Amino acid sequence: MTEQLPGFSTLAIHAGAQPDPTTGARVTPIYQTASFVFNDADHAASLFGLQTFGNIYTRLGNPTTAVLEERVAALEGGTAAVAAASGHAAQMMVFHTLLQPGDEFIASRRLYGGSINQFTHAYKNFGWNVVWADTDDISTFERAVSPKTKAIFVESVANPGGAITDLEAVAEIARKAGVPFIVDNTLASPYLLKPIDHGADIVVHSLTKFLGGHGNSLGGIIVDAGTFDWTASGRYPILTEPRPEYHGIKMHETFGNFAFAIAVRVLALRDLGPALSPFNAFMILTGIETLALRMQRHVDNTKAVTEWLSKHPAVSWVNYASLPGDRYHNLARKYTPKGAGAVFTFGLKGGYEAGISLVSNVRLFSHLANIGDTRSLIIHPASTTHSQLTDEQKTMAGAGPDVVRLSIGIEDKEDLIADLEQALAVPY
Amino acid sequence: MDHNVYPDNYIRGILTDIKSIAMVGASPVNVRPSYFAFKYLDQRGYDMIPVNPGQLGKAIAGKPFVGSLREIGRPIDMIDIFRGSAHAMPIVEEALTLPTLPKVIWMQLGVRDDDAAAKAEAAGIKVVMNRCPKIEYGRLTSEIQWVGVNSRTISAKRAPIPTMGMRLSLNRPSVAGGATAAADRAAHAQASKDRDGAA
Repeated sequence: MTEQLPGFSTLAIHAGAQPDPTTGARVTPIYQTASFVFNDADHAASLFGLQTFGNIYTRLGNPTTAVLEERVAALEGGTAAVAAASGHAAQMMVFHTLLQPGDEFIASRRLYGGSINQFTHAYKNFGWNVVWADTDDISTFERAVSPKTKAIFVESVANPGGAITDLEAVAEIARKAGVPFIVDNTLASPYLLKPIDHGADIVVHSLTKFLGGHGNSLGGIIVDAGTFDWTASGRYPILTEPRPEYHGIKMHETFGNFAFAIAVRVLALRDLGPALSPFNAFMILTGIETLALRMQRHVDNTKAVTEWLSKHPAVSWVNYASLPGDRYHNLARKYTPKGAGAVFTFGLKGGYEAGISLVSNVRLFSHLANIGDTRSLIIHPASTTHSQLTDEQKTMAGAGPDVVRLSIGIEDKEDLIADLEQALAVPY
Repeated sequence: MDHNVYPDNYIRGILTDIKSIAMVGASPVNVRPSYFAFKYLDQRGYDMIPVNPGQLGKAIAGKPFVGSLREIGRPIDMIDIFRGSAHAMPIVEEALTLPTLPKVIWMQLGVRDDDAAAKAEAAGIKVVMNRCPKIEYGRLTSEIQWVGVNSRTISAKRAPIPTMGMRLSLNRPSVAGGATAAADRAAHAQASKDRDGAA
């Protein structure tokens, strides 16, 4: 007897949420409170000792945030999730849980510029060393593996270059190396791609983007696939050694296939502190309810805009993997058959100056540093998000001087095309 | 019974029906997984009996250890096997000699013996393998969500009012809330090895 499993849109609305048993409130309330009372001293001791499930203090967990965590875990097909104040905070907690000073992790060069900065500079102070590899040449991941390697990190759909990562090929290298495979799935969202189905052990998101979807709340999340055997590996002491903070509990032995998420919560989140605000969790939850509708509209609009741009005389190239002939088209057909997201780059024949002119003359596209909003967004990465990178890093990240990045919103596509048309016609 | 995938209503039925649980292989050490599960189930009102001949004279949550199932001396509803898979058959065989048979034999995460299960089922005993009753209780009440875990249940029904402040009701109508890549995967072989060395 098999129970029928709900579909994606049903989970996007219902997973994690239920009518409040005491008040009957149907929408998840915002539990805007720092702390939660204990039933009695034994209950308090059980909570602090991790012996029972429950709420203590909002830095460790909050009932509004918990609904968001379960919902994203359900949408990604994971065992558990931990929300964070931002996508960057989520990444920091993942690596804090996996790496010791002197350890290495391998990361794709094709990443969001902020992640390249975080990995290159901020992590140095922790003694975590990034080793770069290139998703266009999978053998570079294999060659980068060393005895110090503790994880492999990629973006499923890379920001901003639009590269699609061959997740299964990289997952296989991670398997052979005996390290967890971490996938940032921000640009695809689980509506377009579920990395756990392709071998990811840990999925991270900036919730600020398509999941929240409205550009109104920062947030990040870590999803534990429950697939990595920490004990068999023996190379992740936070998960397998007795924790002095908790009287000698061994995380993996005690929490099984959601041990990574628990370790992130009770060690990284507790001690580093980047908790998500319950209000932001509420805003993001509301956004997720319409994820399927929004993402479909995002990709439908993106298809129309990329097809139009690719025929425009001022445009030298369009990088969008769903376009026939794109170098990632086959990978997009495999991994993102509904559409390769709504963020893409294109090149202007007029180079750097043409890029500055376009972002200055659009009227409907917002010139700002974000993606995954209902509103259409435009940015010239070389002069903004990627300006701190070297020229080589810029080119490698798909952010050369002629490159413009668009994040296509859910407005009427005719209006988006008309705005680009008038802005491209302005002399510079 | 398909022991790879249990319907939620099968597990919920067991956890609702049983009143007493003998936990074979329980540990009095307060950081061991068996201790966690024992204490949690004790707090949810189950009549818990720790069984471990190596721990006689000790107690968990005030419940004294007994040396064997037979020594419990009264009918018990469920036997929870917190030992490695190799110990499952002898425990089932012992259970089948009891004057009153248990209603359920439950083998913990990582513990599975299909022959032992078949033997118990032939005697009319329900069997669950490779699951943890604490996790299943937390999942089906949705309490487990408080730590961000995917309960894999959804419901638009208002659940009964919580008792004792934060204890949610098992009597909660829900439908299955989706699969996970790891949900029904055999848990870590290491888990059963650890449990053999419990305490």
